[in-house]
Amino acid sequence: MIKVFQAFVKKEFYHILRDKRTLLILFGMPLAQILIFGYAVTNEFNDAQIDVLDYAKDETSMQFIDHLQSSGNFQLNKILYTETQMEAGMKAGDSKLVIAIPENFSADFYSGQPVKIQVVADGSDPNNANTLVQYVTQMVNSFQMERRKVLPNPYRINVESRMMYNPQLVSAYNFVPGTIALILLIICAMLTSLTIAREKESGTMEILLVSPLPPLLIILGKVTPYAILSFTNAILVLLLGHFVFDVPIVGSIGLLLLMCFLYVVTALALGTLISTVSKTQQDAMMRSLMGLMMPSMILSGFIFPLTSMPILLQYIGQIVPATYFIEILKAVMLRGVGLNFILYEVAILVAMTTVFLFFAWRKFKIRLE
Amino acid sequence: MAAVVLENISKKYGNVTALKSISFQMDDGEIFGLIGPDGAGKSTLFRILATLLQADEGRASVAGHDVVKEYKQIRKKVGYMPGRFSLYQDLSVEENLSFFATIFGTTIQENYDLVKDIYVQIEPFKRRLAGQLSGGMKQKLALCCALIHKPEVLFLDEPTTGVDAVSRKEFWEMLQSLKEKNIAILVSTPYMDEAGLCDRIALIQNGEILKIDSPRQMIRDFKKPLYAIKTEHTYSALNYLRSASYTRSALPFGEFIHLTTAKSYTPFQIKDDLERVGIPIQEVKTAAPSIEDIFLDLSETNELIDG
Repeated sequence: MIKVFQAFVKKEFYHILRDKRTLLILFGMPLAQILIFGYAVTNEFNDAQIDVLDYAKDETSMQFIDHLQSSGNFQLNKILYTETQMEAGMKAGDSKLVIAIPENFSADFYSGQPVKIQVVADGSDPNNANTLVQYVTQMVNSFQMERRKVLPNPYRINVESRMMYNPQLVSAYNFVPGTIALILLIICAMLTSLTIAREKESGTMEILLVSPLPPLLIILGKVTPYAILSFTNAILVLLLGHFVFDVPIVGSIGLLLLMCFLYVVTALALGTLISTVSKTQQDAMMRSLMGLMMPSMILSGFIFPLTSMPILLQYIGQIVPATYFIEILKAVMLRGVGLNFILYEVAILVAMTTVFLFFAWRKFKIRLE
Repeated sequence: MAAVVLENISKKYGNVTALKSISFQMDDGEIFGLIGPDGAGKSTLFRILATLLQADEGRASVAGHDVVKEYKQIRKKVGYMPGRFSLYQDLSVEENLSFFATIFGTTIQENYDLVKDIYVQIEPFKRRLAGQLSGGMKQKLALCCALIHKPEVLFLDEPTTGVDAVSRKEFWEMLQSLKEKNIAILVSTPYMDEAGLCDRIALIQNGEILKIDSPRQMIRDFKKPLYAIKTEHTYSALNYLRSASYTRSALPFGEFIHLTTAKSYTPFQIKDDLERVGIPIQEVKTAAPSIEDIFLDLSETNELIDG
């Protein structure tokens, strides 16, 4: 039996290594994904272009404009002179934000009169607009502190916020766990379902069935190489995240790898389940993309927070394995917790895996129909 | 002991009947041919015997084991070559063979004598990927893979379809040599000329068996007068013959028209009759019946069967 298993695994590796498409998905995709998420898809801003409509044109307003740029987040695009120019920069896509400074800015500011600064942001991209407005607010506060030394109203409540585990709100802290979850899913679930569907399509499954091989061995032989490769990939992404994007791994590495392994098994079980119901590779591909990739990307809390979704989608999100795996990853990597803090998520993943395996086993056909 | 026994096997796909109450027996060491056109139900029959499909009705056994209850025993004892090439195209000849040897719990060395005659022909290409082999080579490799575990019964579903004439001949010579090793072979083919190479054949059409016998006996039993008519005006000749009172059947057959008649005539009588209505005839001769004539005679519909 061991010999048969080895022969099977060897054969599967030949398939993988001789198929450029599979190789590309296996090794190109994780790299591309992490680099895209790392460098392109980000909510952090450097040198966001802003226009300033300066009615005051006094010393303080100049200092304020300098102060805004000092953080590195903003860069002055244009000084405007009339209100009618305000939209032009945004329409042309040159600037993200317009700040209007009122007349008598300097006098009002130092005499303690209420000063209002108008911030106009491009709402067509709400996430970015929000972030930019927050940045401006921070800069305004720090400007006040610096210049006036005293607060205008001693009775006001000051909010001093601190972002634990990710003080600078680096988006890599979010996308590295998310990417691991996605990549493992793609490789394990999608490629497994594809490779089993391929045997059906090419007719080789017919021959495998008419052989003394037990179904369990056929499945194990097919999924083991993918398990090994995807586990390697998970480690690769972790290393990239840690050394290129400075994502910390606070918790135990052993626990982290164990959790990756658990999720690999979950994804393999899902892939096998999909393959038992799909007859062709295309069928398997569609099912994995629509049934796994989409929900895992959108409903797992990876890109959009689950809590702000309609209740129905939240429920769907709760049956997506990636939701729990991302939770686990963040807990172990960023918060450094031990197994006892993630028991709930682990238990759910284990339960899901058992159910998937059970159905995959039940649905695997010993015959053609 | 019978290698294969079928009793009233029926199979439907939805509303389409693939097999209608098929029964026959096949002996050990026999080459049994299933002869019939595409869609006759041959592949379905193979899949039922190879334990890949379950029949709706009837019972079948292979090598003494019931195809439903004892499918696991059967899977150890049969070699199955599906209708289309079903090996790993991205694995080399050698890798394919050694993989199939391993999953059947054996090695190439152990049963080399069984496949030797066939394998020596593809051995020069053993490092070539199976997908890059010619049609004939592919079928030889597939046969090797189906044989490597020394099966008692061999199921070959249209092994020579899409294979050149020379390779077809070689393939059948291999089957003859396997028969001597006491392996029962159930083989299907749409080529009528291959029927004569089987010990016994079943003519099958639309899921029904028309006749089972040895090909020689079938030909001997064919008592109807048969004439081969050669003319350049095939269409008008066919039309006329089909309306003639003496005709039982008239069918195009290669460059000839094969005509069976109710009573016996001389070739000259038929030639005269055709020329009398103005159809120029090159030649009329009495012909020895072939399996195709028998098949066409038995099949109710007068459709053209590829020869």
